[in-house]
Amino acid sequence: MESAAVSSHDSTIQEIGFERTLYPYVMGTSVLGMKYKDGVLLAADLGGSYGSTLRYKSVERIKPIGKHSLLGASGEISDFQEILRYLDELILYDNMWDDGNSLGPKEVHNYLNRLMYNRRNKFNPLWNSLVLGGVKNGQKYLGMVGMIGTHFEDNHVATGFGNHLARPILRDEWNEDMSFEEAVKLLEKCLRVLLYRDRSSINKFQIAKITEEGVTIFPPYSLKTFWGFSAFKNPTKGAEGSW
Amino acid sequence: MAPPLSHPQVPLAMDPDLNAPHSMGTTITGVTYDGGVVLGADSRTTTGIYAANLDVSFSLILHIRVGVYVANRASDKITPLTDNILFVRTLLETGGLIVGGWDKYEGGQIYSVPLGGTILRQPFAIGGSGSTYLYAFFDQAWKEGMSKDEAEKFMVKAVSLAMARDGASGGVVRTVIINAELLLGRFSSTVARRARASQLIA
Repeated sequence: MESAAVSSHDSTIQEIGFERTLYPYVMGTSVLGMKYKDGVLLAADLGGSYGSTLRYKSVERIKPIGKHSLLGASGEISDFQEILRYLDELILYDNMWDDGNSLGPKEVHNYLNRLMYNRRNKFNPLWNSLVLGGVKNGQKYLGMVGMIGTHFEDNHVATGFGNHLARPILRDEWNEDMSFEEAVKLLEKCLRVLLYRDRSSINKFQIAKITEEGVTIFPPYSLKTFWGFSAFKNPTKGAEGSW
Repeated sequence: MAPPLSHPQVPLAMDPDLNAPHSMGTTITGVTYDGGVVLGADSRTTTGIYAANLDVSFSLILHIRVGVYVANRASDKITPLTDNILFVRTLLETGGLIVGGWDKYEGGQIYSVPLGGTILRQPFAIGGSGSTYLYAFFDQAWKEGMSKDEAEKFMVKAVSLAMARDGASGGVVRTVIINAELLLGRFSSTVARRARASQLIA
């Protein structure tokens, strides 16, 4: 192994010939995903945080992949952009076969898993948690891949903070036959909790839907929040010394 | 203390002071207007990560059609980015970039390239240590559809405000306007003039 010089002022180890990522910089926060009656829904906010600064407010973190899948990512945005380039090539080659077959969500999920795990083994991870949802031939699919290559499928998934705040809500309230409206309401409930409690989230969300018919990514919108708690009304009451 | 980086491919002196704060020592901004873009920056350089003797006009990266040009003090001429690709790579690793330019397909465009290498197209962009003082200003005062003069005035105001508060930014405000006209030849003389002018500032 060649000798490495570590520089702490940037985030790379520079060995002769290549570099590795040590730290993420511009990051997206949670992505939520859940199956519903007609397909799969993904939701994420449009924020790109730079440490504690909410630096970018129009980062689309959910993208369609091919005809049958949606990919949502949290983590380092540049690595997400890199993954999109890999997938673009994958889908392009798939289309070039022109054989009537197309890669479905299961295949894309597997590809992503291999990609992430491979990078992890080289100690040069793509610093993302990915949510892959899709529908092909009537079969709904929802899976997750982490930056170390952990992967699984489930009826509802979440990345980052969503794991802790949203999944318990989903576990309680999700069911197989939710209509689109019910599903969106449930997602919004989770997104609202994340908005209140996750400092990296912003009040600008996108919901994306995939069904057998295709992909729809809805325009960004914001949620109403409630701050009229009685405990907030007289904040200094009983607090000696405050003003 | 780790030895200095001596990556053979990076010709510039890159002796990182590992104890220096991770500052970017400048303020850079870019704004689109109806017909092109305006890029702006202060002129102060601080020691640390940015070599103190590099003309700060390198913080203006100028995009012309397919070629990308960098105002390069060392040679005092406008050289294609391909010659400066390692230079830019150094910038990429130590600070953010703002790339701005014009082409006939999409008009004026600004792209933000922060640390990490994310590429994001934006209607305006700010960067550098002084930019922290500008987030709120832009949130409030920036609007779509400014004219060329409004955009330039706005830039100067923004960079001035940052210079007023950021110790690592100062000197003069330099702006560069890129639009369809400027691509047709007046461009290089403008930048060369600025590059030469900067030599007068120690």
